[in-house]
Amino acid sequence: MMHPVAEYAISALLLIGGAFTLVGAIGLARLPDFFSRLHGPTKATTLGVGAIMLSSVIYFSASGEGIGVSEILVTVFLFITAPVSANILAKAAMHIDVPPAEGTRGNPWDQ
Amino acid sequence: MLDRLTFPQPWLSLSLFLIWQFLSEGVSGGSVVLGLVLAWAIPQLTQGFWPERPSLLKWWRMPGYLVHVLRDIVVASFEVAALILSARRPRSAFVVYPLELTDPLAITVLAGTISLTPGTVTVDVSDDHKSLLIHALDAESDEEVIHSIRNRYERRLLEMFE
Repeated sequence: MMHPVAEYAISALLLIGGAFTLVGAIGLARLPDFFSRLHGPTKATTLGVGAIMLSSVIYFSASGEGIGVSEILVTVFLFITAPVSANILAKAAMHIDVPPAEGTRGNPWDQ
Repeated sequence: MLDRLTFPQPWLSLSLFLIWQFLSEGVSGGSVVLGLVLAWAIPQLTQGFWPERPSLLKWWRMPGYLVHVLRDIVVASFEVAALILSARRPRSAFVVYPLELTDPLAITVLAGTISLTPGTVTVDVSDDHKSLLIHALDAESDEEVIHSIRNRYERRLLEMFE
């Protein structure tokens, strides 16, 4: 039997995580150009997946199966790899001259 | 042959070994052996990517920095979510950020932090390692972006690394 407080916390974190992942997906569909679409998924993963992982940690701690160290490690790996993949995508887009949306200030540089 | 059997970066090896123990289902003979192999092989294989030793001088400040970044991720995620759901068109901009940091690892950490905090993504590092190209999703002015990164993150990294 799990403590009700733990159940509420898990549900709340799952809802928050789901909401942010959904907003990230909406951002992917709605934002005007490639560079701004990059922001949607990288951000949704950071907070959305973070919240879902935290709920998983609480679930396994509360149900007495030991603290979920592997979930924490998954989160850490995600936080390390998400910026790198965003960086590589943006760099690749810059090299093949993906046009930024109209009204974007500044230019990607040429090197 | 035997001189290859060293741990060129003891701290990296130790963290790899510990992470492997946490990832395996309980510590056993097998996980210790495989952990030792990984702790030896990965630093050996990646040694070419670390031409000079990273100089993390004040590592005890790292947890404080991580908490600071985590708080910013949460706050800024709400801002980006509000922007995506509002009908307003984002004012995107490419911003060239002049770096004060010189240590390659510190620049990597800063670039990662910029990408993780919602609203900005690091696009590229200039060839002379003196500036970063950043894409900001919604920025009123370039100065504002540069100013907030300088004060929120680069100052702290400068204290830690140099």
